[in-house]
Amino acid sequence: MTVTVFVPRDSAARSVGADAVAEAIVAAAAAGKHDVRVVRNGSRGMLWLEPLVEVAAPAGRIAYGPVAPADVPGLFAAGFLRGGDHALRQGATAAIPYFARQTRLTFARVGVTDPLCLDDYAAHDGLAGLRRALALEPAAIVEQVVASGLRGRGGAGFPAGIKWRTVLQCAADQKYVAVNADEGDSGTFSDRMVMEGDPYLLLEGMAIAGLAVGATEGWIYLRSEYPDARTVLVAAIQRARAAGWLGDDLLGSGRRFDVQLRIGAGSYVCGEETAMLESLEGKRGIVRAKPPLPAIEGLWGKPTVVNNVMTLAAVPWILQHGGAAYAAHGTGRSRGTLPFQLAGNVRRGGLVEVPLGTSLRTLVEEIGGGTASGRPVRAVQVGGPLGSYLPASRLDVAADYEALAAAGGLLGHGGIVVFDDTVDMAAMARYAMEFCAIESCGKCTPCRIGSTRGVEVIDRITAGDRREANLALLRDLCTTMKDASLCAMGGLTPLPVLSALEHFPEDFARR
Amino acid sequence: MHDRPRAATDPERERQAIADAIAEHRALRGATLPILHAIQERLGYVPEAAVAAIAAALNLSRADVHGVRTFYHDFRSAPPGRHVLKVCRAEACQASGCERTIAHLAARHGAALHATTADGRLTVEPIYCLGNCALGPSVQLDGRLHGRATPARIDALLAEAAAEERA
Ligand SMILES: Cc1cc2nc3c(=O)[nH]c(=O)nc-3n(C[C@H](O)[C@H](O)[C@H](O)COP(=O)(O)O)c2cc1C
Ligand code: SF4
Repeated sequence: MTVTVFVPRDSAARSVGADAVAEAIVAAAAAGKHDVRVVRNGSRGMLWLEPLVEVAAPAGRIAYGPVAPADVPGLFAAGFLRGGDHALRQGATAAIPYFARQTRLTFARVGVTDPLCLDDYAAHDGLAGLRRALALEPAAIVEQVVASGLRGRGGAGFPAGIKWRTVLQCAADQKYVAVNADEGDSGTFSDRMVMEGDPYLLLEGMAIAGLAVGATEGWIYLRSEYPDARTVLVAAIQRARAAGWLGDDLLGSGRRFDVQLRIGAGSYVCGEETAMLESLEGKRGIVRAKPPLPAIEGLWGKPTVVNNVMTLAAVPWILQHGGAAYAAHGTGRSRGTLPFQLAGNVRRGGLVEVPLGTSLRTLVEEIGGGTASGRPVRAVQVGGPLGSYLPASRLDVAADYEALAAAGGLLGHGGIVVFDDTVDMAAMARYAMEFCAIESCGKCTPCRIGSTRGVEVIDRITAGDRREANLALLRDLCTTMKDASLCAMGGLTPLPVLSALEHFPEDFARR
Repeated sequence: MHDRPRAATDPERERQAIADAIAEHRALRGATLPILHAIQERLGYVPEAAVAAIAAALNLSRADVHGVRTFYHDFRSAPPGRHVLKVCRAEACQASGCERTIAHLAARHGAALHATTADGRLTVEPIYCLGNCALGPSVQLDGRLHGRATPARIDALLAEAAAEERA
């Protein structure tokens, strides 16, 4: 009998040798005359265990990891094809505590299926949301998304259903769905994992958005730093078209929706939605003034839904199960689940989809296991380079939109970067200013010039040069950036800078 | 993998790459970025001559095309070394020790950020997030992602690349 062995094709798994492991398994199977089929699945998100190899044993899927090519002969000798015992055996995948405690709605299929296999997708609940949407009036689709409470997962947290309603209500000869797959925040990779591990989910979410607002064209803006995601998306779009899941006759309904893919070029600010639209149009990524909102005048001046990958990837589940079922998870005005990403110096880094409102301490300490270095956690940064730094003593805050805002931070795209006690927080504050200077689109002076000034002022502070005067100058500069910047690049860079200063003043006074 | 760029520029090869890239993508709406990418995929950089050619083909001003070519960090104006190593220096990789990796590259391999080694073998560029933030420090060598890129791992990767070159 053929035994199926899963070795992820996810780029994180590949970055630590998954391809060589897959080759070693194929070679060892051939040498030992074992009948083995290797499937390159997405990642289960337990990234510290990558390459995580799974065997479809009679009793279910059994995980082994992290596997190196040199471990493969030993795995065969231990009878891993029947789930045999071995030092790397992690037990049944679904029972690994890290995985078992998650609420996987968006990530239900990621790591389970063969990402590009249409049959696999359909056999694991794929297309159920789209079929439901095809049976509904556009306004009824929008109402399901409104009822779900789903908020934008790209950073700003704007209610998705309200945005869709605006686009639906615009009269226009052409409307667009534009997917923000720029995922520029350090510490985030959930968009990438869906695009590489379950690409049809994104395409299905886009098609539902198209039906809801009356858009027939979808554009994906994918960052150039993700070549593997690009390869998977190109293939997925082709296959979906060939299968009638995209194109002129969506699932035989006579409705039209098609998708094209565009690649960014290494600019963080192009993740800001209007800069992204400029870039999609082939221009420099300069932020547009709002209004007009992209929902009213977006891509090529037409009404456009701009949503993050995670936002759209939540939609098929919502349509299949109903908005109320999604809203049953979460807390306050933060409904549903969030695929958090544990990153940086963390022992068990990876993708953790749990209800919004889970505390940072649970995420970082219980699930993440503290630092990888074994030293004490000193700081975490939540929400990417524009998010604030929180000290270890403040981790009891709930990870949801309101609670984090109340704590002076932001949830952003759900990335949590962990630092141990060797971190120099003045250096991190300096880096925040430096990053803003490198990535500023240049439209506003406080962002473009202020950030460069900020680097210089922090250098003077840490050098002990007129510290009090320069600290006052830094605070002034931050106030100006906050108040006089057109977008959150300049407007929120003060968050990491001032939070570092507030919680770790000693790091600014070493000399 | 794209064709390894050579150290010296070759106007005929540039002209051909630009013409091919334009022919392939000019029908797209907003074709400037796809064309610039296609040129860089072929040459490893985007020569100055591309600006006028793209402007003419797409009916744009040279200033517009020049603006796009220089706005985006991806586009190089000169040929890189035979290997390109992009080193992530964003927050998550800093938390995992990328500064050590960067210092090692300079000390051991004579390769500073934004520079090419004297022998034309290696160009090192900073990059801000490769989406591999749980397995840092992360680098991309000739388009291929590698995690846990400690100094020892960097030595091994560069030795492998050198061995492939000799083969
Ligand atoms: C500097 C900057 C960078 C951003 N980067 C991203 C990004 O990489 N991905 C993303 O989805 N949103 C990003 N955003 C947020 C977008 O502007 C926008 O809010 C989002 O795409 C809307 O989709 P959503 O409502 O589904 O989140 C960024 C915003 C700013 C100011
Ligand atoms: S704040 Fe910065 S990035 Fe945003 S529009 Fe102004 S200059 Fe551009």
